[in-house]
Amino acid sequence: MKARMVQPGLTFEYSMWIFTRFSGAALILLGLFGMTSALAMGARTQMDLPAVLRWTFFPNPNHVVNTNIPDVTLGWANAFWQIMQILIVFFGISHGVNGLRMVAEDFTGRTFSRPLLRGTLFMVWIFLLMVSVYVILAS
Amino acid sequence: MTSSRKVGFLQGLRYQGGSPMLAWMLHRVTGVGILLFVGLHVIASFLMQQFGSDFGTNMNIVYESWAFQVIISFFVIFHALNGLRILALDIWPQLQKYQHEALWLEWIVILPVYGLAVYFLVSTGLTGT
Repeated sequence: MKARMVQPGLTFEYSMWIFTRFSGAALILLGLFGMTSALAMGARTQMDLPAVLRWTFFPNPNHVVNTNIPDVTLGWANAFWQIMQILIVFFGISHGVNGLRMVAEDFTGRTFSRPLLRGTLFMVWIFLLMVSVYVILAS
Repeated sequence: MTSSRKVGFLQGLRYQGGSPMLAWMLHRVTGVGILLFVGLHVIASFLMQQFGSDFGTNMNIVYESWAFQVIISFFVIFHALNGLRILALDIWPQLQKYQHEALWLEWIVILPVYGLAVYFLVSTGLTGT
């Protein structure tokens, strides 16, 4: 199949399509990095599976304070891990809210209410981002 | 362009889309499920952290129960591995003719990984460690 002679432009939906793939892959890579670090920092013998998963997806001190890991503060409550977590929540929440947008648009279709739907989801996105970044920085 | 003929949910289920349609439906259901979990968990943690709220504490107790984790780990494992299949087929569209095999491979990976996760969760959940 030959390529089109006129390439479609960079519309909102096309960029969100690309972002969804990119953010999904980024989340998997960040999760693998988190899981590897968790195992290296003492998870092999001192934690159960849910704790390992909490570390994988969201490595912050609150998630490991109930385990037997000795140095929770030095290990995890520093800028590197806070920035890693902010990346995880940014990619995760954006990926998720975009997915919700797609499902909702499949149900409501191209009516006058589409801008309203997108506006509401935009506010949900900003709200979740702000609350989660606050929780990260204040824990 | 949406069609003006409304098809109900049960009527739509009669479409015999097989494994690809099941994967598509589960991807959506698990996606929305994960978003609800993450969203509520973030809000509950914020309430716990800022106000010492009982609501927040109780929500997090539900999330830490092993039964809930058995369900949410299926959601996460399926959504991630199915998403990888979608990503691979989007990057290399010439592999679309292997859709059938890709779905088989996907389930062959998902079921043991999920089975292992359930084994760990149930064994620690039932022995109370």
